[in-house]
Amino acid sequence: MVTTGTFTVKSGLAEMLKGGVIMDVTNAEQAQIAEEAGAVAVMALERVPADIRAQGGVARMSAPEKIIEIMEAVTIPMMAKVRIGHFVEAQILEALGVDYIDESEVLTPADEEHHINKWEFKIPFVCGARNLGEALRRIGEGAAMIRTKGEAGTGNIVEAVRHARAVLGEIRHLQTMAPEEWMTYAKNIGAPYEIVKMTAELGQLPVVNFAAGGVATPADAALMMQLGMDGVFVGSGIFKSGDPARRAKAIVQAVTHYDEPEILAEVSKNLGEAMVGINISDIPEEQLLAQRGW
Amino acid sequence: MERTIGILALQGAFREHIKAVQAIGWEARKVRLPAELLGLDGLIIPGGESTTIGKLAKMYDLLQPLQQLAHSGFPIWGTCAGLILLADRVTGRASDQPLIGGLDIVVKRNYFGRQVDSFEADLTVPALVDFSPPGEPVSPFHGVFIRAPAVATVGPAVQILARVDMPPTGEGIIIAVRQGALLGTAFHPELTTDRRFHRYFAHMVEELGHPAEAVLRPSAVRAS
Repeated sequence: MVTTGTFTVKSGLAEMLKGGVIMDVTNAEQAQIAEEAGAVAVMALERVPADIRAQGGVARMSAPEKIIEIMEAVTIPMMAKVRIGHFVEAQILEALGVDYIDESEVLTPADEEHHINKWEFKIPFVCGARNLGEALRRIGEGAAMIRTKGEAGTGNIVEAVRHARAVLGEIRHLQTMAPEEWMTYAKNIGAPYEIVKMTAELGQLPVVNFAAGGVATPADAALMMQLGMDGVFVGSGIFKSGDPARRAKAIVQAVTHYDEPEILAEVSKNLGEAMVGINISDIPEEQLLAQRGW
Repeated sequence: MERTIGILALQGAFREHIKAVQAIGWEARKVRLPAELLGLDGLIIPGGESTTIGKLAKMYDLLQPLQQLAHSGFPIWGTCAGLILLADRVTGRASDQPLIGGLDIVVKRNYFGRQVDSFEADLTVPALVDFSPPGEPVSPFHGVFIRAPAVATVGPAVQILARVDMPPTGEGIIIAVRQGALLGTAFHPELTTDRRFHRYFAHMVEELGHPAEAVLRPSAVRAS
């Protein structure tokens, strides 16, 4: 008996991506640069978050021909983004043979109350989270991988740090609780009880947890790894920098050798201009992407 | 004498292998730099992205010492990406990726397709007989295959340990092989709680293991 589309194979692919860097790309040429630098997967999107932020308008799933172009350019797994709640975009990506779907707050939400029922799909989903309740709600909906939201397109790591510390701190808090306290805690954070219980028993999220949203330097990537993340997504940080190939390779090495400062010092040299960052306090509140998601 | 199994920890599911090795009562240690190979009696190359692991191994001068070990009877087990890296030849796209080699096989990457085709299947593995409860038939080994490779052809010295019967034809595809001290599986025993493959490899290390420093030229692993 051969069975496909199980939660084990969905979360299993995320297990294989651990200790790796997933890079945002918008075309085949960027995808090849990412693969050559040692990325474990590429994320296809229409525009990188920094451009979405600058240009505004409705941000949607990439066009199928773009996705196929990128898929044919590389052998590493390929991810693509859909709008929150847009299950038809997800059906299209599944039909195209994409390996992972990111139901992402970076795109304009299609549903302001509900996320996709991810159990319906044979391909796995990754979703963003700012805290434990949000992470466990997404897992309850079938997400096989979680990432911090951070604040995409800013080149500012502060929000990713906030979200990583929130999730990990809340798990530590959960572990100090007596089992009879789990139900009230589940109610308070708005998370399914069974997954709260599983997380308390495991002492970690039941799925792989990556950092995302604001990683711009090898040091940012290593910071997130030292905080306890399983790997790193880099969006605008690579292709909005002065020397994408070199910076991509440096970030890959920083994630592998995240706890060896001599190597981090070496790979951080001569990378050219980093992307220009944005202070979170300079962004009008209604333009903060991390607030999208329910 | 205490024996230690190293886990190549450049990228991928290395933590799961460390836990599994510790669960069967062995010492496990992460390997990211050449000098960390010293003191090992065996090595596991985990699942992950074979292109990424190969590139990082090359960047940090691990490829050459790993090649020396693989060609000198040092026990190495590769799972999924690790199987690809241990193959003498890889077909299909990215066939120019850096390899360790040693197994006289041709491996095809993503043999079964993309993630949508990833699957689970129960496997018959007669070689696990010594690691199963005595007197009982060998129970199937639950195989988790994720964008998995498979072995397209094997050389005469290669022992086939298991095949998976794929619908619709029921054709038996080779997914576990052994050649001397080298073991390769296309699936992920580290993602299940069945430790028989880890015991099987530990037994190989007991039988065949010799310290890595007996093989490696000092120049290949000088502290980097």
